[in-house]
Amino acid sequence: MNVNSQPDIRSEAIAVDVDRVSKIFGGEPPVTALDDVSVAIRQNEFFTLLGPSGCGKTTLLRLIAGFEPPTSGSLRLGGRDISRLPPNKRPINTVFQNYALFPHMSVAANIAFGLQMLGKPKAEVRDTVDEMLKLVQMEALKNRRTSEISGGQQQRVALARALAPHPEVLLLDEPLSALDYKLRKEMQIELKRLQGETGITFIFVTHDQEEALTMSDRIAVMNAGKILQVGPPREIYNRPVNRFVADFIGETNFLTGTAQGDAVRISSGHMIAVPLDGRTGDVTLTVRPEQVRLCPVDQDGALHAEISDLVYFGTDTHCHLALKDGTQIVARLQSLPTGEVGYMRGQAVGLRFEPGAVQVVGA
Amino acid sequence: MATVKPKPAAKTERSTWLLTAPALVLLTVAATGPLFIMLIYSFLEPGQYGNVVWKFSTKAWFNVILQRDIFDGTLTWADAHLTILWRSVKLAMTTTVFAVLVGFPTAWFIATRTPRMRLFMLFLITIPFWTNLLIRTFAINQIIRNEGVLNSFLLWIGVIDAPIQIIYSDFAVFLGMTYVYLPLMVLPLYAAIDRFDMRLLEAAYDLYANRWQALRRVVLPIVKPGLIAGSILVFIPALGAYVTPRILGGGRNMMIGNFIDLQFGQGRNWPLGAALSVILLIFVTSMLILYVRFVNRSTDNG
Amino acid sequence: MADRAFQVARLPGFNTIAIMVFVMLYLPIGLLVLFSFNAGPSVAIWEGFSLQWYPKAWGNEQVRDATIRSLIIASSAALISTTLATMAALGTTRRKRSPGQTMIYVMINQPLMVPEIVTAVALLIFFASIKVATGYQGLGYLIAAHSAFCIPFAYLPIRARLEGMDLTLETAAADLYATPWQTFRHVTLPLLMPGIIAGMMLAFITSLDDVVISLFVKSAGQETLPTYMLGQIRRNITVEVNAISTLLLGLTVIMLTVFFLLTRKQD
Repeated sequence: MNVNSQPDIRSEAIAVDVDRVSKIFGGEPPVTALDDVSVAIRQNEFFTLLGPSGCGKTTLLRLIAGFEPPTSGSLRLGGRDISRLPPNKRPINTVFQNYALFPHMSVAANIAFGLQMLGKPKAEVRDTVDEMLKLVQMEALKNRRTSEISGGQQQRVALARALAPHPEVLLLDEPLSALDYKLRKEMQIELKRLQGETGITFIFVTHDQEEALTMSDRIAVMNAGKILQVGPPREIYNRPVNRFVADFIGETNFLTGTAQGDAVRISSGHMIAVPLDGRTGDVTLTVRPEQVRLCPVDQDGALHAEISDLVYFGTDTHCHLALKDGTQIVARLQSLPTGEVGYMRGQAVGLRFEPGAVQVVGA
Repeated sequence: MATVKPKPAAKTERSTWLLTAPALVLLTVAATGPLFIMLIYSFLEPGQYGNVVWKFSTKAWFNVILQRDIFDGTLTWADAHLTILWRSVKLAMTTTVFAVLVGFPTAWFIATRTPRMRLFMLFLITIPFWTNLLIRTFAINQIIRNEGVLNSFLLWIGVIDAPIQIIYSDFAVFLGMTYVYLPLMVLPLYAAIDRFDMRLLEAAYDLYANRWQALRRVVLPIVKPGLIAGSILVFIPALGAYVTPRILGGGRNMMIGNFIDLQFGQGRNWPLGAALSVILLIFVTSMLILYVRFVNRSTDNG
Repeated sequence: MADRAFQVARLPGFNTIAIMVFVMLYLPIGLLVLFSFNAGPSVAIWEGFSLQWYPKAWGNEQVRDATIRSLIIASSAALISTTLATMAALGTTRRKRSPGQTMIYVMINQPLMVPEIVTAVALLIFFASIKVATGYQGLGYLIAAHSAFCIPFAYLPIRARLEGMDLTLETAAADLYATPWQTFRHVTLPLLMPGIIAGMMLAFITSLDDVVISLFVKSAGQETLPTYMLGQIRRNITVEVNAISTLLLGLTVIMLTVFFLLTRKQD
């Protein structure tokens, strides 16, 4: 499924290898949470599992952590099969969605817990805890109870606790979802910094596509228990493999048409040149709103459209256009200093697409 | 390709049984099991000095409501037994009704205080609930007995010139049972009223209901589950009461609990005592089953 | 009165009744405590303050024996029932419902549902045969019976605490390399402790207060404090009983206060 053809600059060593894993939850009726999933997560990378709720991303994370056994398939960590290891035997730690900090222990005791369970000597535990407290800038609050600190601070403690035993892989289950917008932005940067400093493989679960695009080295887009596409953020955004990925990541326009030679005749009758890779028959095209340009009606090769609505968004304005047959297209125009864009509703305009912007996403 | 089987359900099931086994064994030996032995005893013949003779007989069950004349062998209703059974039901019912009448306003009052005050008042209600029933009954005894606080006070101020006989009457038993079981009514009622959304009451007033109509048409139907829970919680121990009628009712105003006791003491009729216990048990169990049915039905609808 | 705002939650007469209930609930107990400090031998006529009934009660050998016996029974019953109830609570919460569970639940709560007198009589019948068969007449019967009926009292707060506990905490412990036993020892048990202590206190109070079952189960001469008091009330009222009652009351109030503080902390 990985359509990434460029060689990656990072090390190609595999940290976690998910090999044809399925997970079926028993019950009436049984639920297939993961359906024959395979993915290789490289050492040192910030890998994101992205998808709508119920797509199986958290289940995959729990399988890697060892909280659930796979129904079939295997999981390897650095080449070693870990499918049968209980969670306390896997060098993998988790930052839980609700943090799961032990309420009866102090901040420092929470961070020390994993090290103590591993039977590390007292001095080493103390040093590592101090190091971790420094890493997440929580030295001042080390003796507080976890119930006495703010949400953002709890988040930092949860991170420190999971990082303290120096796991090979850190799993993060929507760790930022409980934070408010500003704090979330801060923590996104913080997480990237920590990943760089520690050199640990991060597997991050989120349903927020913007978060995924900003933070990840590679993203796996999931839906209905399957991985649809794996690749770096730019590739996922600009070369979606199917309609679901195109629609889930960012905003986009869809056009339907029929392949005719090297071009597609869309439903309004216009011809659009796209690389078809040998496809024939009915196809769906996608084009991002920021790749749609307005031009004079009589310009060569322009599609004819009428502006049906203009919606102001601050930095830009969404221009809703209707083609002859009623097909709707949204163009994103930069707002002028006056707040206008120089067009008005009902105006007849021409439109064209930036070269290479139109993609085929299936039939 | 490794395949890990999901944790078999049987394993968790087994740990359930292993962990609960010690408790279940003790409960079987020292609580539930003896109830079945008691059932067997109710079908035996009484021994001359208590205990039983191991010989099958339905006489005990027969004697619960009927008696055979010693001289001519005619069958008549066992009036004494029936009086005691009827008194038990009657007293338990009056206690329950009265507990509702005073318990509902009390629970309402607590539920409409400030949160701090509410907690304190609940604590005040809980203390008597956990306080020795014997001590509480004893406290009532000291007030209403002939040489008790009430009579001494009335004599002293000259309202009466001879003590009024309150103790050793059905009324004294009723008074004592209401006193000791009232917290059992207030607590579930409070829980129900606490959940009640006061905006519904505002809506009722907004739609022209007066206080009584709002209470009857809006509040009572919604807090009904609490009302029924409270009534069950009061009625059941009141019906099987032993200490309160013994201390406040005296020898003549027995309830079924004291009557059962009598069969194992002076009465020396263990099978009859066992049969009466089984009857009480069946009665209480059927009430609980009806109650559980009611709860399930009302939660299904809700 | 006309300018008073309309109070939605106010219902006529309710406040009066409620306040009277509170007064009536505490007046008898208050008088009982008051007369335990009476200088005279009456529990109805006040003759001045004195502490004489407390040493007098303690000087009574029967009272002392009964007190010690009651404390031994209550402590043993609290310990046994809480241990068994903790195990049972761990075995019945936070797992899938199975048909067996309802049965277990009914069994555990059975002592709350059966009238005391019925259990008492059944135990009398059962233990009478055992006493004859084995010749053993000791405190074991009372401790077994008390432990059994204390189980639901210990079980309920422990179960409530367990159900309120966040399952991910134990998952987190496992993630941080704790073995199942370490998880139980360092996470589950400390978090469960307030529930266990609360359960133990309820069990202790329940055992200490029991009259009916003790009355029927005890062998000759095995008076507990409540059965001794019941005997005294039948004969003639002495201020000594007031003094004992006051001490028992004090103990209950202290334990309940601790119980309240323990269970309140969890939310």
